[in-house]
Amino acid sequence: MKGLRLPHLTGWRPIATILILAGILAAVARFTLGLGATTNLSDEFPWGLWIGFDFLGIGLAASGFTIVAAVHLFHAEEYEPIVRPAILTAFIGYLLVVLVLIIDLGRPDHFWHPLVMWNPHSVMCEISWCLMLYTTVLSLEFAPIILEKFHIHSPIKWIHAVSLPFMIFGVLLSTLHQSSFGSLYLIVPNRLHALWYTPLLPVLFFISCIASGLSMIVLESIIFSRDGRPFLPTRLRANLAKAIALALAVYFVVRIQDLLSRGGFRDMTTLSYYSVAFWGELLIGFVIPFAMLLFERIRVSQTGLYSASLMVVLGFAFNRMNTAITGLEHYPSQTYFPSIIEIFIMLGITACGFCAFSFIAERLPIFRVEESGDPFHHEALSGVQEPLSESPECEDLRPSQADPISRAQLHGG
Amino acid sequence: MTHKKAMLIDISLCVGCNACQAGCKEENGLPPNEEKYLSLTAYTALSKYNDLYVRRMCQHCDVPTCVSVCPVGALTKSGVGPVSYDGEKCIGCRYCLQACPFHVPKYEWSSTKPSIRKCKFCPNRLAKGRPTACAEACPTGATKFGDRDELLIEAARRINAEPGKYVTRIYGEQDVGGTSMLYLSPVPFEELGFDSRLGKIPMPMLTMSALSKVPNVLSVGGVLLAGIWWITNRRTEVQAHESALKQGKTQPQEDDE
Repeated sequence: MKGLRLPHLTGWRPIATILILAGILAAVARFTLGLGATTNLSDEFPWGLWIGFDFLGIGLAASGFTIVAAVHLFHAEEYEPIVRPAILTAFIGYLLVVLVLIIDLGRPDHFWHPLVMWNPHSVMCEISWCLMLYTTVLSLEFAPIILEKFHIHSPIKWIHAVSLPFMIFGVLLSTLHQSSFGSLYLIVPNRLHALWYTPLLPVLFFISCIASGLSMIVLESIIFSRDGRPFLPTRLRANLAKAIALALAVYFVVRIQDLLSRGGFRDMTTLSYYSVAFWGELLIGFVIPFAMLLFERIRVSQTGLYSASLMVVLGFAFNRMNTAITGLEHYPSQTYFPSIIEIFIMLGITACGFCAFSFIAERLPIFRVEESGDPFHHEALSGVQEPLSESPECEDLRPSQADPISRAQLHGG
Repeated sequence: MTHKKAMLIDISLCVGCNACQAGCKEENGLPPNEEKYLSLTAYTALSKYNDLYVRRMCQHCDVPTCVSVCPVGALTKSGVGPVSYDGEKCIGCRYCLQACPFHVPKYEWSSTKPSIRKCKFCPNRLAKGRPTACAEACPTGATKFGDRDELLIEAARRINAEPGKYVTRIYGEQDVGGTSMLYLSPVPFEELGFDSRLGKIPMPMLTMSALSKVPNVLSVGGVLLAGIWWITNRRTEVQAHESALKQGKTQPQEDDE
């Protein structure tokens, strides 16, 4: 089994420092000078790069709810090792998105208004509530990892006692707001280009976030496989790849079928700025990775899986940016390109996210569930299995047993 | 019962004197420049198409898109007609700018405490039973203020009285579910920059179809997920129990021997 040598970003620390500092400066400028002076947003183009970034961040954080649902609600316990990375990814992703949203608000000092002023007809209101509630749920799901570190065990029991309804609630909230980000654009049929506008936007946003969220977690599990020792058994990762391929296929069929049924054939086939963007996102993010993931050889190869997942994430980013920016440019024939300050704020916040992730991953048992073997890990949900999980036989429950290679890898062989 | 107020704007009668804008600016305390496009300081503006002048302002829709999208309810629709805005509630998300099918709200981009600005439909004047400032200022009767129902009858009468003078359409009668601004035009509305493909269905219905599913997702989804959890959990329980039984069976037998 040849190990993959991922490029070690040697200059990462200085780059991240510069990006974060530039981001802070840009944020100071944005708050002191106002949106007009620091962004390229206008009355014709009121939403730009940042809203696209929000879609992106939320979509990539979708691993949080898919993995939690799979492991804790559907009892696919063999995926337990990726629960923590998934929750951490989601938690950081959501915090960053909330941060960008507040920066994007014209009145950041009024950010709390949706808490007390409700308009149930507004998708935006639903989204802000989902974001607030789900970030709370995520922090509760994440809290045990921190508490464990400091050996405070009594609150963990309380959290575990109520964790089932919280997990269900969290999955529902994610389902709701992942699709609601698509619903935001249901109101602009006359503005958004027909290649992206569809009444099925919420459905498409939901399906694609599953593919991208799982791809993120696959990428993480490859990147954080230290010492060439896969952190997740190869077979399980290949199974995740199958799930990604399934989501991609469903997405592609729904998207094309919907476009054709609404008469989008000409938009798709005539060569234009929009059709190029459309096919770009579809090929890079959906068709090619799907074709790649059909091959068992690629699903079990680190390099192959790494490139396929990366393509899914890139295509996903492409899709969200197309929906948020490209698709709106044809009407009223206004173009938009983000200002340097908008870009710096986004890059700075992204760098913060990466730093926070690696900082936490290095110091807390995120990728070391096996070694730490903490008995407090979610015993509340599998109370009956508790004796099992302490006995060495628990490994027998893992399908990886059937796969001697990956089993050996799991145990550092 | 409240009578819905409206304005009938007869494009064929407008001579482009700009008295409406001047009256509007005076009423709202705005700098008295002549402006051709809606802006922070022009709640109404006159654009020229060949020899026709078209007044623009907030349409004060019957089912306003902006009111439906505002997350904090900063925009409200009164039964009389005006769509009002409360800057104290506004969080500055700019969804109203994005969603308004007529591109009306303008945003104070240069401010650090920005609000949106648009025609208010002179709610203070309406409350006193007076017409709007622009309608009062119009010397030719191109803008007529009154009850919406009566203005619709008046508009239909004008179209019927002089066949050929107007296109047989009252813009705003049914567009996006009806607006408080009703337009009569001698040429097709598309030639005057009106979006004639907005449809008769109020835009908020587009999102309502998605939002109305939220309670279902929560209730059905909740039950479904809990059910799945129960089934899969039960399965592992039974498995554990069976393996324990198996162990238990072999254990006493060994003891007996």
